[in-house]
Amino acid sequence: MNTATDMVEVPLYRAAHCRTGDKGDRSNISVIAWHPELYPLLVEQLTPESVAARFRHRAPARVQRFLLPRLHAMNFVLDAVLDGGVNDALNLDAHGKALSFLLLDTPIRVPSALAPLLAGP
Amino acid sequence: MTVRLKSAPMNAIAPPPLLIGCAAGFSGDRTDAAGPVVDTLIARLAGGPAQQRAFLIFETLAERTLALAQLRRRDNPEAGYEPLLDAMLRPVLARCLAHGIRIVSNFGAANPRAAARHIARMARELGAAAPRIAVVEGDDLSGPEHRALLRETLGAQMEGLRIVSANAYIGAEPIAAALDAGAQIVVCGRVADPSLTVGPAMSHFGWRADDWHRLGRATMAGHLLECGAQVCGGYFADPGYKDVPGLEAVGFPIAEIDADGNCTIGKADATGGLVSEATVKEQLLYEVHDPSAYLTPDVVADIAEAEVKREQCAADRVALSGVRGHLRPSHYKVNVCHEGGWLAEGEISYAGPRAEARARLAAEVLRKRLDGLALRVDLIGALSILGDDAGRMLADTPDAGLRDVRLRVAATHAERGQAERLAREVMALYTCGPAGGGGVRTALTPRLNTLSCLLPREAVRVRFELLGKEALA
Repeated sequence: MNTATDMVEVPLYRAAHCRTGDKGDRSNISVIAWHPELYPLLVEQLTPESVAARFRHRAPARVQRFLLPRLHAMNFVLDAVLDGGVNDALNLDAHGKALSFLLLDTPIRVPSALAPLLAGP
Repeated sequence: MTVRLKSAPMNAIAPPPLLIGCAAGFSGDRTDAAGPVVDTLIARLAGGPAQQRAFLIFETLAERTLALAQLRRRDNPEAGYEPLLDAMLRPVLARCLAHGIRIVSNFGAANPRAAARHIARMARELGAAAPRIAVVEGDDLSGPEHRALLRETLGAQMEGLRIVSANAYIGAEPIAAALDAGAQIVVCGRVADPSLTVGPAMSHFGWRADDWHRLGRATMAGHLLECGAQVCGGYFADPGYKDVPGLEAVGFPIAEIDADGNCTIGKADATGGLVSEATVKEQLLYEVHDPSAYLTPDVVADIAEAEVKREQCAADRVALSGVRGHLRPSHYKVNVCHEGGWLAEGEISYAGPRAEARARLAAEVLRKRLDGLALRVDLIGALSILGDDAGRMLADTPDAGLRDVRLRVAATHAERGQAERLAREVMALYTCGPAGGGGVRTALTPRLNTLSCLLPREAVRVRFELLGKEALA
């Protein structure tokens, strides 16, 4: 094991917080780093492809990612991911408010040196 | 409508910031939130410079709220505005009027004039001086006189639709004009939510309608305010990770907007909640897609380079900077609500050993009995709201032996009779289904679907009217 690049695997919620919004059949999920030094690894690991894979059961038509480095944040926009949205879906949560927590449970790898910056107990 | 020829001159001494408090973020929000906001505005005005001004906004329209309001108005010409108007406004109306706090809201919904009459009556009952009330109109394109225009725009999409409502998202200009004309209360139907803030800022600071950067900044101030507590501790708490003090008494937000449109967000004094860089960042990005192009009827706002910074010496105050604005869109977005068949839902609970297996068996029984209906199946407690309608995620989720599971099935159908079959089949599970099934509930709801389209600005006649005594009687 190479101690210089020791990595720990943690759920995303230890490195970032998120909020979901919806418009029609489209969901946006912000990902905001808890600390600026955690932002680069989020950019590296949470790509449109990795997020599309996480949401594969919702079969998104497209996943876009917008970077906001001054906020240490990213904004994901997932099209056609709400089964039609608030007027058409059969889901109790037709807005997809809970989807932020599906994303927050994504495993990510963090160098041990940055582990003290992670949130939570 | 006043035509603004030039922006007001900048004073050598900067004018005090405009205070805008939000008392409601949607129809269904707490009705006791306004009081502490108004108390705080009154205290700030009393302790501030003579020329400082304050506004109170209420945002109470979601997509379907307006369609439901239209349906109520069809049955009763005096209905169609926010049903909770009285509960929201009565606790604070007299104090707002007494302290010069002006009110701007979309609680007019499908009947701004009736809402205005209700407010005038409320003021009389409270013994307050009759307020000057304006209505903003032009957003409502539901009537037969607009049908040809909608048909031209929607084309084949309109075939066979039973339209309930059609409303354009109009902007801040008529609100600003109404305030310039002396309105103390401005009652709107559908306007873009941030416009409830931009209108007061435009009027107060004398901004032109093409002052893009200022309008962009005020738009984002409005975006932070428009969801009520969402920027100051609401839709945020997550125990152990995002702790929010006093969530049961979460305060609602107050923005201070300067002459350039930059804002600092705070909240009502002596309330729960918190305003932090984290809460503000979450609300800033809420319902945003491309951050460099947040479209509203007033401007295209650009937060790609925005920054958020907490004030060092005061709690619960965060400043937003770095926002820009660009040329506004040439078209208004229009939401058309139409009848969309029936939604049927049924639920039944199982508990104890093999509860999940029994719930899954009941789901199988229903699928076979209801072939012809595209069923959504939820196993509440095992997998529900994260799952997709078609059941792909559920198919990937094996029985985990859970001991308290509520089965929910849902389907839509154009015909009420077909939708009702679902409710009857769930009910019959009492005697025909697996052991121990209890707590059946069923629901049948008419659906409203929405379509969006764009109309050129020139096609929509946006206007305001200050209502006279007769109109308010």
